[in-house]
Amino acid sequence: MKIVIPIDMPSLDESISSTFGRSKKFLIYDTDSKEECYIDNFARSSQGGAGIKAAQVILDTGADVLITPRCGENAVKVLHESNIKIFQAISGSVQHNIDQFLQGKLLKLEDFHGGYHGNHGDGDRHI
Amino acid sequence: MKIAVLSGKGGTGKTLIAANLAAVCDDASYVDCDVEAPNGNLLFKSKTQETEPVYIKIPVVDAQRCDGCRACTEFCKFNALAFVSGKIMVFSEICHSCGGCVLICPTKSITETRQEVGSIAYGTSKKIDVISGTMHTGIASGIPIIKELWNVMEATPRNIFIDCPPGSACSVMESMKYAEYCVLVAEPTVFGTDNLKMVHELVQLFQKPYGVVLNKSLENEWNPAKEYCLQKGAPILCELPFDQKLAKIQANGDLIVRKSKQYKNCFSELLRSIEREVQHAAAIDS
Repeated sequence: MKIVIPIDMPSLDESISSTFGRSKKFLIYDTDSKEECYIDNFARSSQGGAGIKAAQVILDTGADVLITPRCGENAVKVLHESNIKIFQAISGSVQHNIDQFLQGKLLKLEDFHGGYHGNHGDGDRHI
Repeated sequence: MKIAVLSGKGGTGKTLIAANLAAVCDDASYVDCDVEAPNGNLLFKSKTQETEPVYIKIPVVDAQRCDGCRACTEFCKFNALAFVSGKIMVFSEICHSCGGCVLICPTKSITETRQEVGSIAYGTSKKIDVISGTMHTGIASGIPIIKELWNVMEATPRNIFIDCPPGSACSVMESMKYAEYCVLVAEPTVFGTDNLKMVHELVQLFQKPYGVVLNKSLENEWNPAKEYCLQKGAPILCELPFDQKLAKIQANGDLIVRKSKQYKNCFSELLRSIEREVQHAAAIDS
């Protein structure tokens, strides 16, 4: 099984990136071979729709599971359509999250935000 | 001439200024580009004579023809398309209707369908054309409606007063894009001044001639917006007082210039200053 985790520093000892679509990299961890590899998040510099593109990057890796602190609605549509399961990251290192996931202690992520696209900067309506 | 009225913060008096300027001008259109909450028509008490829907184009993919080459997903810089489980998913709320995916698709699998995103209402009030854009509930962006309003504005020979949306984001830029002159409305609060700074930077970025109206000014009181203008050399067009009489007329849904001679003179004078500034800017430009 392949687990994908958004990260900013390529190390299992670092914490998980606070964003999904605009994290610097993704860790791909293979639970069978216990191998880890890191890929750049090409979606990071997108003008818009970074979540969608990041989800595309992830599904193209053939991942089964995503562990992330948060995820936008649009990315969720892509991930659900491709049967990737999304779990809520907890505080602590990447390794800790993987361990907790393998012990079945992580919860499925069910609270998805509506995204940050559109309407940014309106004076009084979106404080 | 085309005058855009903007302010960073909402509630500083954009509609007050834009609508009353149009009302003292003999030959004018008031255009409400604040498509999320157009309300200038209330002051004009204009009856809507005609409403036209505004559509955008959204790609539709023929899954039978699509061979999954991903040319479209790679082309779309807004990432409105994704390739999932062997087929293309379209995110219409992110799509900017550029039509690029239709052109780039090697198998000609993409066509476009139209989606209604809002409407434009036309009315009149004592010879003034009142044109309001309205965005439908649940639509992510008002830009296509503002674009359509510009098509309408480009086709009219009248003087145009544009009521811009609040803020300094894309919808504001779209609303002031072709304006010849910008009026920045500011209020004497720290928050208002911070937002004034943002639109001030915006008009400078767009190299638009501009002037500031200091609304709700209190005599002998500290005015951070005025202080900012003086510091930055931003030209001040006029100061409108924080006057209960003015507020009452506005709160009753009336135009100040139709209810108060004093303010009619005040707005006529403001209009003359703006006309001078526009002519001056045009002379420099030519």
